[in-house]
Amino acid sequence: MKELCIVSGKGGTGKTTVSAAFASLAGNKVMADCDVDAADLHLLLDPQVRRQEAFIGARTPRIDCELCGECGDCESWCRFDAIRLDFDAGYLIDPLACEHCGLCARVCPEEAIRMEDTVSGHWMVSDTRFGTLVHARLGIGEDNSGKLVTLVRREARRLAQEQGAELIIADGPPGIGCPVTSAITGVDLVLAVTEPTPSGFHDLERVASLCRHFSTPLTVCINKHDINPENSARIRDWCASNGVDVLAEIPFDPVVTRALVARRSVVDFDCGPVSDAVVGLWEAVSQRLSEMNRSGYAIPVNSDQLLMRGSPGP
Amino acid sequence: MAALTIAVASGKGGTGKTTVAANLVLSLPRAQYIDCDVEAPNGHLFLRPEIRERTSVGIPVPRIDPDLCTLCGDCAEACELNALAVSRTRVMVFPELCHGCGVCSWVCPEPGAITEVERRIGEVASGEAVGRDGSVAFAQGSLDIGEHSPVPVIAAARRCADEDRTLILDAPPGTACPMVETVRGADYCLLVTEPTPFGLNDLKLAVEVTRVLGVPFGLVLNRCDLGDDAVLRYCREEAIPVLMEIPFERTLAEAYSRGIPWVEADPAWRERFEALHGRIREGLER
Repeated sequence: MKELCIVSGKGGTGKTTVSAAFASLAGNKVMADCDVDAADLHLLLDPQVRRQEAFIGARTPRIDCELCGECGDCESWCRFDAIRLDFDAGYLIDPLACEHCGLCARVCPEEAIRMEDTVSGHWMVSDTRFGTLVHARLGIGEDNSGKLVTLVRREARRLAQEQGAELIIADGPPGIGCPVTSAITGVDLVLAVTEPTPSGFHDLERVASLCRHFSTPLTVCINKHDINPENSARIRDWCASNGVDVLAEIPFDPVVTRALVARRSVVDFDCGPVSDAVVGLWEAVSQRLSEMNRSGYAIPVNSDQLLMRGSPGP
Repeated sequence: MAALTIAVASGKGGTGKTTVAANLVLSLPRAQYIDCDVEAPNGHLFLRPEIRERTSVGIPVPRIDPDLCTLCGDCAEACELNALAVSRTRVMVFPELCHGCGVCSWVCPEPGAITEVERRIGEVASGEAVGRDGSVAFAQGSLDIGEHSPVPVIAAARRCADEDRTLILDAPPGTACPMVETVRGADYCLLVTEPTPFGLNDLKLAVEVTRVLGVPFGLVLNRCDLGDDAVLRYCREEAIPVLMEIPFERTLAEAYSRGIPWVEADPAWRERFEALHGRIREGLER
């Protein structure tokens, strides 16, 4: 079984558009939406939720007002300014600022603060017209998105094994932080979708560094390449000198937005040259995956533990 | 009214946050731009600032003195992030998992066995760019490659704020803690989106978090003619003011792709962004 993850660094370059097209083109596979913070793949795949589970991200402190002596120790020890005194309600925890470290519960001389499991999101397994989709929704302002990404990936691997699927296609999160790290560690291939703009290029370089850092094989696709042919050439040159293959270049066409509004992928809606380029990209990606030595990029045996280790945090 | 702090955010990436933030800051007198999208900081590509200062951002992480440590395991037991593990011979620290909360040193029964050392996770660069009527103060946070915790870098970047200037904060996408850290405490939040199902879905999430934070907000609709009317209908239902609609123009996309702010490509944009700032102030005074 192989794992492909589609990322970009910069948001809005076309990750989900490419992921949805691959969902339509790939045969036996499981889809995973690893952008748990602003998941969008489900909008194109129209999922019927088969199973939904709560995500217990971290324990959260709760202050028992009956026991609280209002000494203020918790407020002064907290390094995240997450506790403040309210004139009427006494000491309050700001859940959006809390880092769930539990120091307040330990320093409280009255033992008035307890750490409690809290639901900080949900993850789901759904049926779609393109097969199984594992997706998730992180609660607003929550951290631990990396841990939720790890959960989504683990479930996708379990289902792929169960269904005898040969491939997992993951729509990754933007950026280079914790959720991206969790999404790309140990995958067989990363496809970065970039665009020929200063931001697209700049963030591609950062994603490439991250892939090098984790020894993850990287390939690139340039979206809207004709918006700025000089920048596209610059990206191609940079990729060539860094040993990264550009697998396809997709032209700009507002028809892509029309496909999106019709909630179709760009290969299920006539997008002309865009559809052709994305089909070509898929052929190049599947060729690349099939050439890979099965054991060469395999996930380590104790990958779950490794992923969990590398994952918590915002 | 004092100079405003305006956060420019959006649930979805790539809707035009940095474009709006950069053009807005270039259209205002006495303004400051702080890039809080520390995982993908891009404002510098359009503002081309002269960087005067770079400051490392670090968090305190534990260092164990093996001579004083008795391997009791209290620190590893207390750490909610599993950043410490105790073997039979030593305590292992996984600094990249540590958020610097200090719980390990608090629980350690052996004085001096745990000390805290600063570990770099990113930097803040600050300087000046050329704006309207003189200079635009510029600062950007940047998370080091392979690091997990953007929030302390965002907090450090925000500390560069000069309260005499109108402050434009360029927020990271999403609605998780990095976005919250940026929008929290701002006077106003501009949500930038596009009229597509993705744009609408992620806008709803951003609206939810902005309401929880109690920050007044309004919408900038980018590429307003490429898509459908679902975002505008949603805004009417929710009484969200739509402050600016920007039609798609290939020339704008091309200027952007060359790193040229619209206000420089066409000065008429300066008036539009000034008017946007005016509408924000009006909304707040009401």
